[in-house]
Amino acid sequence: MELLAFGKTGWGDELFYATLMTIAVSITAMLVGFFFALIFTPLKLSKYKSLNLVGNFYTTVIRGVPELLVIYLFFFGGSGAIMYVASIFGYYEYIEINAFITGSMAIGIISGAYSTEVFRGAIQSIDKGQFEAAKVLGINKFGQFYKIILPQMLRLAIPNLSNVWQITLKDTSLISVTGLVEIMRQSYIAAGSTRDPLFFYSFAAVLYLMLTYMSMKLINKLEVRYSRGY
Amino acid sequence: MDFDLMITSFPKLLGATVVTLKLLSASLFFGLLLGLFFAILRLNKNIFINKFAYGYSYIFRGTPLLVQIFIIYFGLGQIEYLRTTFLWVILKEPYWCAIIAFTLNTGAYTSEILRSAFQTIKPGIIEAGKSLGISNKIIFYKIQIPIAIRQSLPAYGNEIILMMKGTSLASTVTLMDLTGVAKYIISTTFKPIEVFIVAGGIYLFMTFVIHNIIKYLEKKYSFQQ
Repeated sequence: MELLAFGKTGWGDELFYATLMTIAVSITAMLVGFFFALIFTPLKLSKYKSLNLVGNFYTTVIRGVPELLVIYLFFFGGSGAIMYVASIFGYYEYIEINAFITGSMAIGIISGAYSTEVFRGAIQSIDKGQFEAAKVLGINKFGQFYKIILPQMLRLAIPNLSNVWQITLKDTSLISVTGLVEIMRQSYIAAGSTRDPLFFYSFAAVLYLMLTYMSMKLINKLEVRYSRGY
Repeated sequence: MDFDLMITSFPKLLGATVVTLKLLSASLFFGLLLGLFFAILRLNKNIFINKFAYGYSYIFRGTPLLVQIFIIYFGLGQIEYLRTTFLWVILKEPYWCAIIAFTLNTGAYTSEILRSAFQTIKPGIIEAGKSLGISNKIIFYKIQIPIAIRQSLPAYGNEIILMMKGTSLASTVTLMDLTGVAKYIISTTFKPIEVFIVAGGIYLFMTFVIHNIIKYLEKKYSFQQ
C-alpha cells in the first residue's frame, strides 16, 4: 500500500494526475470525434453519390484499420505534416507537436468514425413524418434540425454513444506509446522503477474499471433525462 | 510519395501478416470455446456461478486490452511460484502471452454475444423439442446451439474484426506482427504515410474478406432464403 502513498515516497499522486490526464484526453478526443461526426454524418446522408463516397471512405478506413496504426501515423507523421504546411507559409523551423494534441487528434478521428455511424443510424430511424411536419409548420432549416430532429436523435443515440465513449476511454491507453503520461504510461514508469509490474498494471486495470463504471452510471442518468415522455 | 518504399515494404508487411493471422485464428478459436463456456455459466441459475461469469466479462470488457497484455506478459512473470511450474514455458514467450490475453478478451465479448443469442431463443422452440421427447442434451446441441449461432453471427462478425484490430497490440510486447513491422519501417525511414497506406490496405483487405465471409454465412443460415 505504501507504493500508492501520495508525495515523494509513493506513486499515488502521480497516478491520480495520470487518471485526470486519461479523462482529459478521452473528453477531448470525444469532442474532436463529435466535430468529425458533424462533418461526415451529413456527407453519409447526402443525396449525392460522391459525397456519400467520401463519408463511407472515412468510416470504413478508420474502422477497418487498427487504432495503434493510426496513432503511429499521427505520432510519426504529425509534425511532418504541420511543418510541410508551415513551409508553404515560409516557416522552416522544426515544429514539435505536443503529445496531448497528437493523441487526442488520433483517438478523436477514430472515435469520430464510430460517432458518425451512431448519428447516421439515429437520424435514419427518426420517422420521416417528423421532417415533413416540421417543414409544413414553416419552421426554418435551423430550427428543424435543432428543435425537432436533434432532441429526438439524441434519445436514440445516447445508448450507442455510451459505447463509443467506452471504446474511446479504452483507446486512450494506446496513446501511452507516444509518451503522454496517462494511466498506462504512468504505470509503466512506476512498474519500471519499482520492479513491481503486476501490482501497478493491476492497479491501472482497477482505475480503468472505475472510470468505465462511473461513466456508465452518469450516462444512465442522461439516458433517463432524454427519454422523458417515452 | 515514395512508391519505391511502398513496393519494397509490401513483401515484408505481407510476411508479418502471417503472424497477425496466426494470432487472430488462435485467439478466436480458444476465445470461442471460452466464450461458449462462460455463456453457459451465465445462463446457470446458481447465483454464484452466474455472478462469477458476469464478473469475468465485466472486468475484461471494462479494461483496455493493452492493460491485459501487460499484466500477463510483464506482471505474471513476477510471481516466483509460476516460474517453477511448467506454465513458465508458455508464459515466458510473448507469443503465447499475447494469445492468452486476446483469448481472455475475446472470450468475454463472445460470452456476452452468445448469452444474448441464447436468451432470444423463443421458449416455444425448446418446449416443442421437449414435447417431442428429445433429451435436454440433444435439445441443447441440436436446437439451441444452431439457432444461437445464427442469431449471433452479425455481432460475432464485428467481434472478429475488432479482434483483428486488437492483434496489433501484440507489437507492444515485442512481437513483429503487421503493425510491429509497419512501426519498424516507419521509424527507420520516417515515411509514415506510405507505410500506413500499405499496412492499412492489408488490414482493410482482411476486414473486407471477413465481412464478406460473415455475410455469406448469415445468408446461408437465415430462415428466409
